[in-house]
Amino acid sequence: MEAQARCPVTDWATDFDHTDEEYAARAPEIWAQLRQECPVAHSPRFGGTWLPTRHADVSAIAHDTEHFSSRGVIVSVFEPSEPAPVGYAPPITSDPPFHEVARRLLLPAFSPKAIRPLEEPTRRFCGELLDDLLDGTGDGDVVDAATGYAQHIPVRVIAHMLGVPTSDGDRFRVFIHRILETAGQNDPVAPEDTLTWYLAEKIAERREQPADDLISFLLDAEIDGQPLSDDHVLGTVALLLLAGIDTTWSAIGATLWHLAQHPEHRRRLRDEPELLPIAIEEFLRAYAPVTMARKVAKDVELGGVTMREGDWVLLPFPAANRDPEVFERADEVVLDRERNRHAAFGLGIHRCLGSNLARMELTVAVREWLERIPEFELADPDAVRWSTGQVRGPRTLPVRLGRSS
Amino acid sequence: MRIRFDRDACQGHNRCYLLAPELFDVDDEGYAVLRTDGEVPEGLERKAQLAADNCPEYAITVEG
Repeated sequence: MEAQARCPVTDWATDFDHTDEEYAARAPEIWAQLRQECPVAHSPRFGGTWLPTRHADVSAIAHDTEHFSSRGVIVSVFEPSEPAPVGYAPPITSDPPFHEVARRLLLPAFSPKAIRPLEEPTRRFCGELLDDLLDGTGDGDVVDAATGYAQHIPVRVIAHMLGVPTSDGDRFRVFIHRILETAGQNDPVAPEDTLTWYLAEKIAERREQPADDLISFLLDAEIDGQPLSDDHVLGTVALLLLAGIDTTWSAIGATLWHLAQHPEHRRRLRDEPELLPIAIEEFLRAYAPVTMARKVAKDVELGGVTMREGDWVLLPFPAANRDPEVFERADEVVLDRERNRHAAFGLGIHRCLGSNLARMELTVAVREWLERIPEFELADPDAVRWSTGQVRGPRTLPVRLGRSS
Repeated sequence: MRIRFDRDACQGHNRCYLLAPELFDVDDEGYAVLRTDGEVPEGLERKAQLAADNCPEYAITVEG
């Protein structure tokens, strides 16, 4: 539901809108055009927003926490509610020096070794989803790989990690849609129908009855001998839920969208299964879902423009990943790409905390899909719909099942 | 072949650990730890190159 009507974009260099359907549908072409003509685009929308498209500029901003604050990471007409350095959802909204304190608390829970035990449950979730998806279907039938498969995987994994029922997944998706995809454009909702309310309830439950899950882990954690504030716990749990679902769902969906159109890549992954980890990094490069944002903290010159304190800056890591200055054949998916310094998980101190989790989910989701559905194609390329906003992935992805071998 | 790792530049992307576990481990927080004294053992040159070429933070360099 959109409460405000928006003007159509006429010029992407001077009036871009990342929440526009056209941007959603053809963002890579828009970045390529801007990189040539106007590498740091500007728009008066959302109170003034910049869009750098070169890897060098995106990287410079991500590494410069002095001029660029994380207190706002989702561009909207609203000013971020909490000041730096803590922000409203630490550590993603935090700046140094608090950022490191909040982040170090979480790092051990997301290290590759901590994530490994989640692989088996993830494989099981994928198997169950494919059982449901394929139930009663045959060759030539059409299923939706986004809504019938991809979107459920991270919901189940995160619910498992937080220790909340997987059946709450549908509610998570509503919260996420409002916060990430239509930020600032929603009609008012009842307080008990908000993410904050939901999480406050879950946190209160864990206070009464601790369990072996992330919420209990946070309630137990301390900074300088003091427990975390309620706002800190709630903000962090909200972050894990919001950041872990839309993003991973998008990466899985975009990878399946690609494979649906490239039988030679499906075949190669079947014949050379050991290539999958390398190929997954290439899918992450080419279809990186996440564009972050910053608030300019101090006036600064960058990429030939002057950014003013308070301006928004989008950080399109997916655009950086397609910069031909850094990547050969940047717009092509090269399954066995050997030089791939992709920035799908960001750069600098805010590198995605959940990157190992996301990588594992994407790998397992694609492997399990290909095992059960080795042959498939887009049922109707025009029916594919991409999400708007800062997380980009297919939200509708009808595919026709091919011969099962 | 020599390999150098800049711990200050590492942000825990873990690409080196995945591509070259013989050369890199990770600590409890997920930051890389170089497992050699800087000399790349014979037979691991390609893995060392891969680790360098896939580090998003340019934290790994190889020479020779």
